[in-house]
Amino acid sequence: MVVYALWVINKTGGLIFDREFASGLPELSTNAFLKFASAFHTQHAIAAQLSPVPDCKGIEVIEAECFKLFCYETPTAIKFIVITDSTVQVVDSLLRDIYQLYSDYVLKNPFYEVEQPIRVEHWETKLAQLVGEWNV
Amino acid sequence: KQALARQPEVMSSSKPYARLGDVAFDKMEKINAELLTMTYGALVTQLIKDYQDVGMVNQELEKMGYNIGCRLVDEFLAKSNVDSCATFQETALVIAKVAFKMFLGVNCDVTSQSSDGRRFDLYFKDNPLTQFVELPPKCADLDYSNILCGVVRGALQMVQFVSEVKLTKSELKGDTGTGIRVTIKEVLKESYKDDDE
Repeated sequence: MVVYALWVINKTGGLIFDREFASGLPELSTNAFLKFASAFHTQHAIAAQLSPVPDCKGIEVIEAECFKLFCYETPTAIKFIVITDSTVQVVDSLLRDIYQLYSDYVLKNPFYEVEQPIRVEHWETKLAQLVGEWNV
Repeated sequence: KQALARQPEVMSSSKPYARLGDVAFDKMEKINAELLTMTYGALVTQLIKDYQDVGMVNQELEKMGYNIGCRLVDEFLAKSNVDSCATFQETALVIAKVAFKMFLGVNCDVTSQSSDGRRFDLYFKDNPLTQFVELPPKCADLDYSNILCGVVRGALQMVQFVSEVKLTKSELKGDTGTGIRVTIKEVLKESYKDDDE
């Protein structure tokens, strides 16, 4: 069970945080990540509109042969995206914990401007600890 | 063939929310209430000294509250385990029973709500901000707890509700508790413009 990476996307679709926790993902430029994030943001919105299921809020899981992508969108339109290997079934608690860490270490940091790229040391340390427990 | 029309469940009881509020409150890190009272009092005193105008201080407190609310809402949503509200009645109950309990430790009630749910009144006693406070005559129009109004407005804004929030009752002005009126003016919806000409 491996959590490869976390992405955080703000409400306008901009990638504000990306961190790799385990090797295995292809090496890509920051630009590529920004493009992926915007593309995902758009697809998430389109999925919500297209879905035959009533009250659909958007893409929650993408399952592929060698990875899974889980997305949690908060009511405040921030998306936390976790990329894991295909053995992982459910990461709800991880996503919830990440949201709590975000609300405690990022938002309470007075030097952090909302919607901007996240560069908060405390958050990175706590995140590494949290994901470390999953990647054991 | 079952032909039962499914009635939307109306939350006539606020018990489930009260429990959520208590659970959330228990989990929160606590600080000394008097520390909050004194710090806030010092803040308001300084604002009055700086602005010399009660109206401007009221505005400034609301603005500060708004900035807090914009960030606080994520902590609220992350830690309280509330689901999306289906009606404005639920919105009011969540704010009163879960949010106010979680952050201020007070038991807040929804004392009235308009039929469309968009306007409701919140009321609670023992406001930690106003402990030991007396308003001098020249500050009789000061909305001392106005920061709370800003917090509610900021929080609602982040979940796409444009609102107006006003202090209606204050322990410092002779009432027995603090009253806040929330009016939801607009619900913002993401609209996607059609690019095809």
